[in-house]
Amino acid sequence: MQKKTNTLGSWLVYLLPALFIYTLFMAFPLIDSLRLSLYSGNVPQDRSFVGLGNFARLFGDERISVRYWGAFTNTWIFFIIHMVVQNGLGILFAVLLTAETMRGRHLYQTIIFIPTTFAVLVTGYLWKLMLNPVWSGDFFVSIGLPFLKYPWLGDTKTALPIVALVSCWQWMGIPTMMFVAALRNISIELLEASRLEGASGLQTFLHIKLPLIKPVVGIIGVLTFVNNFNAFDIVFAMENVNGAPEYSTDLIGTLFYRYGIAGQHPIGIPDAGLGAAIATITFFLLLLVVVPTLRSTQRGGGE
Amino acid sequence: MKRSLRRQRMHLASHLILILWALVVIFPIWTLVINSFKSRLTIYENPFWIPTVWNFSNYSTVISDGDFLTYFKNSLQVVVFSLLAVVLLASLASYALARWRGRLSALIYYYFIAGMMLPIKIASIRLLEITRTLGLLNTIYSLPPIYIAMGLPVGIFILTTFIRQLPEELFEAALIDGATKGRIYSLVVLPLIRPAVASVAIYNLIPFWNDLWFPLIFINREDQKTLLLGVTRLFGQYQTDWSKVLAVLTLSAIPVLALYLAMSSQFIKGVTAGSVKG
Repeated sequence: MQKKTNTLGSWLVYLLPALFIYTLFMAFPLIDSLRLSLYSGNVPQDRSFVGLGNFARLFGDERISVRYWGAFTNTWIFFIIHMVVQNGLGILFAVLLTAETMRGRHLYQTIIFIPTTFAVLVTGYLWKLMLNPVWSGDFFVSIGLPFLKYPWLGDTKTALPIVALVSCWQWMGIPTMMFVAALRNISIELLEASRLEGASGLQTFLHIKLPLIKPVVGIIGVLTFVNNFNAFDIVFAMENVNGAPEYSTDLIGTLFYRYGIAGQHPIGIPDAGLGAAIATITFFLLLLVVVPTLRSTQRGGGE
Repeated sequence: MKRSLRRQRMHLASHLILILWALVVIFPIWTLVINSFKSRLTIYENPFWIPTVWNFSNYSTVISDGDFLTYFKNSLQVVVFSLLAVVLLASLASYALARWRGRLSALIYYYFIAGMMLPIKIASIRLLEITRTLGLLNTIYSLPPIYIAMGLPVGIFILTTFIRQLPEELFEAALIDGATKGRIYSLVVLPLIRPAVASVAIYNLIPFWNDLWFPLIFINREDQKTLLLGVTRLFGQYQTDWSKVLAVLTLSAIPVLALYLAMSSQFIKGVTAGSVKG
């Protein structure tokens, strides 16, 4: 091959359109948002450098810090529920669905994946109506399950877990199908050998399947983390942007929307610097969690 | 026959678990659909069973309202254009990144791939300013640039991997025939990467069609709203008439759901393609 065909110049025209859009609408705004967290002011014209002033307000001003730590804690609870319920059930379903001799696998897969095609907004509104005790309450009483007649979304103790479970219902198809794909890649000889050695189903899973699908476990953990720290739609649909009731479902995503974009009630003027500060912390938190997780789970995974 | 029956019995517990979950999935959808055929008052009679009188007027009211069709058309335009652009730009870049080996090429590749793990929402405040500067605020044109930027990382990941696996002889033969890069792209690469292109399109379809965040923060004008943003308005407007709300929700879920049911295997493959190696 001639050298001439392998230079930047000869390939640039193919790369330029993608590089341009990706840089202008993703890389640059992401990096520049970090810079904005050091400035005050809402429009570029009256922006002034305040150093770490926005961060000082975020953690120093009691009215703001109580909201930040509230949303921060709620987001972690939200994440843990997803890890246990969504990813735990996902791996269980995947193991069941990859049993070679079982019938109806395709049908089950198709059904499990249906909610993933819905908009979070549609899922949220639908469950909000179904959980309304005024509507479904009498039915639950009539079938002998009176304890289900309860304002689940209006109680500060139950609202967050319920919203998280609805979100798990929606996304269950993703971890399930990713685990299915990973489990199918395991060689049949290996599983056969373990069966001949007399290993039980659980032993085979723990000592052979799980270590082999570790890279996918890592990716799903990371995806769940990234998505949960940006979750907004589900709370918007089922409660409101204030994380009702009493901020018990307030997540980093809704907090960011209120401070940085819509403006905090009742003033209604967005505080771009404060919003950028919230986004910056999220950005570094994601790096802090994502990079080591991927590093420790992806090593040794086939290139 | 007998043996296979015994085998299925062995899977009894598995079937029970999966049937239980299937019911958990289907029950809300069943509730959604049957109640959209009731009326404002009969919806309270028997929440989880079929209506005594089927009422189709919710659908005709929602559709003849006019706004719904505007929203639908806006979403369709934005999503189709963005998907085409992602596929075109990602395939061009992937062709370059797969064929041009070198340090700089690897660097550019990782620059793109980093976007797979970075949520663009974090950049919203800056994106809002850029969109305002470009004069795109309050129009549907504010959305495609962001969707394209969002779709490129996964698109380039899937397509570069795929093109690298194409047999080397194809390219050598084309080079010997004196084909230029452009001809190789359009005559060799494009026809061969079609299955991977389908994965890229499907992977991005759901986040584009179902995105609420960017329309919410960019668009206020009624005639420029996307379907989901419109649904939030109709939800408020019909708050006292749940059967209409459910008709709106059903209508907005149908397009992607129908596409999914028609080609579920490709869908599942596409959506999981971005994260499974190989």
